[in-house]
Amino acid sequence: MSADLSDLYQQVILDHNRRPRNRGKLPTANRSAHGDNPSCGDQCDVFLRLDGDRIAEISFDGSGCAISQASASLMTTQLKGKTAAEAEKLYADFHEIVANGKEPEEISDLAAFAGVHAFPARIKCATLSWHAALNALHGEPVAATTESHTD
Amino acid sequence: MSAIPTSWERIREEFPILDQQVNGHPLVYLDNAATTQRPRSVVAELDRFYARDNSNVHRGLHALSMRATDAYEGARARLTRFIGAAAAEEVIFTRGTTESINLVAASFGGANLRRGDVILLTEMEHHSNLVPWQMIAQRTGATLRYVPVTGDEGLLDLSDIDRLLTPEVKIFAFTHVSNTLGTVNPAADLCARARRVGAVSVVDAAQSIGHMPVDVGAIGCDFMAFSGHKMAGPTGIGVLYGRRALLDAMPPWQGGGGMISAVDFFESRWKPSPERFEAGTPNFGDAAALGTACDFLDALGRERVREHDGALAREAYERLAELPGIRLLGPAGERGGLVSFAFKDVHAHDVVTFADEDGIALRGGHHCNQPLMKKLGLASTVRASFYVYNERREIDALVASMRRTLRFFAG
Repeated sequence: MSADLSDLYQQVILDHNRRPRNRGKLPTANRSAHGDNPSCGDQCDVFLRLDGDRIAEISFDGSGCAISQASASLMTTQLKGKTAAEAEKLYADFHEIVANGKEPEEISDLAAFAGVHAFPARIKCATLSWHAALNALHGEPVAATTESHTD
Repeated sequence: MSAIPTSWERIREEFPILDQQVNGHPLVYLDNAATTQRPRSVVAELDRFYARDNSNVHRGLHALSMRATDAYEGARARLTRFIGAAAAEEVIFTRGTTESINLVAASFGGANLRRGDVILLTEMEHHSNLVPWQMIAQRTGATLRYVPVTGDEGLLDLSDIDRLLTPEVKIFAFTHVSNTLGTVNPAADLCARARRVGAVSVVDAAQSIGHMPVDVGAIGCDFMAFSGHKMAGPTGIGVLYGRRALLDAMPPWQGGGGMISAVDFFESRWKPSPERFEAGTPNFGDAAALGTACDFLDALGRERVREHDGALAREAYERLAELPGIRLLGPAGERGGLVSFAFKDVHAHDVVTFADEDGIALRGGHHCNQPLMKKLGLASTVRASFYVYNERREIDALVASMRRTLRFFAG
């Protein structure tokens, strides 16, 4: 297995793909958003319970490749308890990781996604759930599509 | 025109692109349903045309323009023979299958569809034979109906066809070979059924034209659409075949130079087909090379191409069936040159990424077939599609790569 491919499919990613965290609809959600990648058929719904400005609870549901499912799962563990501003900052960092392979400033499981940058076609897999989460956060319960963004 | 290879034994030498390493492995190109590769003869014809004859076609009074016109109209004559059309006027050059179907939908559909009319499609249509009909239905007030697909075996369910194909149906458009299932539909039978209720038939031949003998007379269709790049020809060129009587009654769908017999400040008169439907400078260079692709396929023998591609697809189907957790789509027996499948626990895009590391080009996704995938309860499948240069050892490579991927994700 090549270094690129083992970087892409790191243990953290495989683990989240096999045992997704916070998967399923959140009954107490007061925000949600749907995201899809029309070209590959990946879909992701993100459900939030916002408590003031803070994400009290978060879950996702959807279907897609290991990268998209693991990213959604890991994202839920990272965003829980964060404020909107902290979530925005975290996504900015995450985008730097997946798009440019940049190491995160603080030690984080998100670093597992650094291998994605060697596979440009897969960046949108990793960012789909984040787009949906940010849309949900901003009270825009509309379909997110990564293909209208510049990843 | 360059020499045409007739040897199956040395066929890979005609496709220099195959002779390369991808990620440290010999390239195994199994994405032929998306686009085939082109033989040396087709690339040489492009080179020859642009190096010797290039000039704008029609109306030219100088030597190069006459040569370019000969090349373009010679290609039309070649395509006419290739599909068994009655006359060259029945062969319209387009950008490809999608444009061909849009042309029929906009021109024939726009002029003939009324509220209450029905367009009959099947559940296995590619978006290119679905979206244009949705668009013209919205414009005209016509409605859509679908012939169902039986399920994973991927056959058209014709048990209810008489209730679907009624006199309200003005157009019956269907694919000859499914790009997702590999199903070969009974095109001649379906066209005959359409004729009996007075509907015109539109055959999407994108996945059949390069893989088997296709004769519009034997099929009995009113329209047929196909692309050059799926039959060893260039990109950006394709054909709409239409029966002369229908074409002559159809309005143009684009206006411009080349398609008019007279232009006044306030109105114009149209030339007959094919010029009426070829506004603007046509793609003569690629058309010329598409004629060469016809020569290439006829030299190989299209019946043999059908046997070759079908045999590889059937063998791949049988061998893949041994893999754990696999779900194979399409008929188990007779099929076009492709196989489509999904694994229970590994997503198609992960499979394709792993295969790429083994130098194998596959396609994963919904294959522009979202309604069918939804019906089958699938988000995506992996597709391996074969062509004249593929070999049995490449099925070995495919199966080995699938096993490796399954092992990896099984942890």
